[in-house]
Amino acid sequence: MTNIDFKTRLQQWLPKLVLSPSLVLVLVFVYGFIAFSVYLSFTDSRLLPSYGLVGWENYSKLWRLSHWKTSLTNMGIFALLYIGICTFIGLGLAIFLDQKIRAEGVLRTIYLYPMALSFIVTGTAWKWFLDPGIGLENVMQGWGWTSFEFDWIKDRNYAIYTVVLAAVWQTSGFVMAMFLAGLRGIDNEILKAAQMDGASNWNLYRRIIIPQLRPAFLSAFVILSHLAIKTFDLVIALTGGGPGRATELPATFMYSYTFSRNQMGIGAASATIMLMTIAAIMIPYLYAELREEK
Amino acid sequence: MGFLDIDNTTKSYGSLEVLHKVDISIEEGEFLVLVGPSGCGKSTLLNMIAGLEEITSGEIRIKDSVMNGVHPSRRNIAMVFQSYALYPNMTVGKNITFGLEMHGTPKAEREKAMKDVAGLLQIEPLLDRKPGALSGGQRQRVAMGRALVRNPDVFLFDEPLSNLDAKLRVDMRTEIKKLHQKLGTTIVYVTHDQIEAMTLSTRIAVMNGGYVQQLGTPQEIYDNPANLFVATFMGSPAMNVVPATVAVEHDKPVACVTLHDGSMVSLQLSQENLSAWDGKQIMLGIRPENITDEDGADRNSANVVKLTNRIIVTEPAGSDTFVTTSLGGKDVIARMRSDADVQPGKDFQFAVNMDKAVVFDPETQTRITSE
Amino acid sequence: MVAATQDTAIRTGRSVRTLIYLVLLLFGLFYLLPLYVMLVNSVKPLNEITGGGMMNLPQAFTLEPWAKAWSSAQIGIDPTGLSPYFWNSIKMVVPAVVISTILGALNGYVLTKWRFRYDKILFGLMLFACFIPFQIVLIPMARMLGLMGIAGSTSGLALVHIVYGLGFTTLYFRNYYAVFPTELVKAAQIDGAGFFQIFWRILLPSSGPIAVVSIIWQFTNIWNDFLFGASFADANSQPMTVALNNLVQASHGVKEYNVHFAGAILAALPTLLVYVVAGRYFVRGLMAGSVKG
Repeated sequence: MTNIDFKTRLQQWLPKLVLSPSLVLVLVFVYGFIAFSVYLSFTDSRLLPSYGLVGWENYSKLWRLSHWKTSLTNMGIFALLYIGICTFIGLGLAIFLDQKIRAEGVLRTIYLYPMALSFIVTGTAWKWFLDPGIGLENVMQGWGWTSFEFDWIKDRNYAIYTVVLAAVWQTSGFVMAMFLAGLRGIDNEILKAAQMDGASNWNLYRRIIIPQLRPAFLSAFVILSHLAIKTFDLVIALTGGGPGRATELPATFMYSYTFSRNQMGIGAASATIMLMTIAAIMIPYLYAELREEK
Repeated sequence: MGFLDIDNTTKSYGSLEVLHKVDISIEEGEFLVLVGPSGCGKSTLLNMIAGLEEITSGEIRIKDSVMNGVHPSRRNIAMVFQSYALYPNMTVGKNITFGLEMHGTPKAEREKAMKDVAGLLQIEPLLDRKPGALSGGQRQRVAMGRALVRNPDVFLFDEPLSNLDAKLRVDMRTEIKKLHQKLGTTIVYVTHDQIEAMTLSTRIAVMNGGYVQQLGTPQEIYDNPANLFVATFMGSPAMNVVPATVAVEHDKPVACVTLHDGSMVSLQLSQENLSAWDGKQIMLGIRPENITDEDGADRNSANVVKLTNRIIVTEPAGSDTFVTTSLGGKDVIARMRSDADVQPGKDFQFAVNMDKAVVFDPETQTRITSE
Repeated sequence: MVAATQDTAIRTGRSVRTLIYLVLLLFGLFYLLPLYVMLVNSVKPLNEITGGGMMNLPQAFTLEPWAKAWSSAQIGIDPTGLSPYFWNSIKMVVPAVVISTILGALNGYVLTKWRFRYDKILFGLMLFACFIPFQIVLIPMARMLGLMGIAGSTSGLALVHIVYGLGFTTLYFRNYYAVFPTELVKAAQIDGAGFFQIFWRILLPSSGPIAVVSIIWQFTNIWNDFLFGASFADANSQPMTVALNNLVQASHGVKEYNVHFAGAILAALPTLLVYVVAGRYFVRGLMAGSVKG
């Protein structure tokens, strides 16, 4: 009698038992750490964590720092261009690839391979490609176009656009894959019906196909915005945050203030703000997705 | 020249020919049903009429204009798809008027046409909803509305009822028939359901393997099937087909079949000129409703043969009772009135209406005719 | 006019098609250009690079930069090239991939076949953990690794990657197992199979495709990571990406671009190879993590 009882009870508890290590890891290492960092942002930590609470002081200091404001401005420009251009290119390439192209498989492989690279590799490659001394400017001048100038990467006003360029190069293939999957999921009979209704290709795409890609647009936006906020490796490899602070982003700001400038409290505050921004986008999205499932 | 001519049309994909020299001509106002099992080519033919598939050889003409190579939107046809193919991001009203909009019809006309059609199909309350918020039957109506509003020469239906449940299917079938009677439109309708084919059509084209097996009115197809395929495909339960031997006795042909107990019985055949088949094997086809009990037999028939045979299984269905017996070594279904005194394992006096029986050549599988 | 086929009902005219091919080709070049530049310049002697002509094919082909990048370039204190860091990456990646995949499979199994209250919320918690900015856990994680005594080691890095990769692997397996009919589990239960037996004998054998997806995704992400490597590794345990960055950023002496390029390709080679060989699964991984349903 006791044997059977024990076995069934074990079976009931086993699932939860099996899940618990992962759960514990996540609760501690993710949410526990988040709580810790957020707490730190309210303390006077400098080189090492300290636990003296200072209220909102770190945050108010943060907003007075020009470095932080620069990183936010850069973030705004970067995110806008990055998301916008990736979506535009991704959608365009997907639509073109959907036209029964002969080398579709090869082209798709080429468009997507940058996603397999580390941002460090990407940053390194583009860093040299854009270097005026040995990169594109030099090549163009070498080919005879002597007045060609392309020193954006060294220019304070234009450096951020090089980051956009490299980031778009890396990720637009992924966006293309998403839209392509969305296009392929459209019921073929709807396209036939639209043909019979006399819709030109332009109308077909504008009025019927693209509106049906709304889920893909949403997913692309969510994924790209979260990638944008986390951008760190690319900047380190491409420009190191420079020239000066021209390509500083919140992620690089946090790193430098925490580990090189010994301002852990402020660093923690900046990390908290990054988290809040991502949460504001991801939580509604995840909630909506999970709720839809039965 | 008919209203819609399919003239010796074939369709090939590379070297594979899937439709072989289809030749059908229908008049204005006819309801042509293309019926057959999956893969028989009926949808391909429909798509060729629509212009969604290229014609490999032959011609398709509507009102004497050759339609080969003409864009679907310029053929003045409309189509109702199996999955309805409604535009999910537009309201019902917009769905209906989209085609008119693409053809440049001014707004006021579009609105009026939409209201007329909505009234006809009773979908006025749905006009502002999106397809996602509609039931299957409602979507079906909207799909028909979208087709009707264009006032086309030919309506094409591609298995429109397959996605509906059984009861809804029957209701919508009647609706479609009523619409046809009211509007007198020319319709080409594809289905794999032979009941739909029989009840809706003015003429049926039974297709199999890319060939039109038979083209005719429902009654013709039912009573005089051109071959074994048509005979067994149309009608439910299917026609009983048993092997028999022909014998000519006193100038009258009979079919000899074995009964359940192995003994032979001679069934008088109503066909003439079967002397060439004396002593040869044929396939004898008798529909279930033509094997009944004595009182249930057709009084107007000149040729009812009585035979005693063993009842193997009875299936009371309420309105009739289906009885399985054996002829020529095969299971044969008979349809009795529900109060017939039938018990499994007992012998029973059947009455077979041989006027309606058909005979087939076992090798060519075609019906043996008097010519 | 190109006629419609059964696959797509869209027709395009001749001139439009030429334009489309042109655009597609141009973009193909755009994506390939940096790789070409790196490859071509990694086999040139240094004077060819500094002399200009980044795009030109090498006049004097040499594999010396590669040898240097691998075994003698100055990255840390000793000129060891990238090879020790390559092995660091391997030591970090392999256990992390294996463990996070196994845990992910078990989690997915539990979350779909053994439903209980709040399981959706728990899954949501794990899922959100995939998307957090990792900056927020750097400080406490550094402390924790120190407390556990594995700070600055490849095991520490492996632990970090296991924890932060769990969300994704669980996501993949959970979505994959969600499609398996629950009746299978019930039938097995009636047959007397227990929790692990059902997993081992019924679900796992059919999990090939998603396991590959999970492994490839984890491998790529962990191999390519930089932030954790830079934050938690010491000079001996640095992974490839950190070493590469150090190599490239080193400001002393002459910049040996050709060695840098060779090093970058070396760092990229494993994940590129995986992509070329199993790209199909890579794409599935990308898709599974984004567009749901």
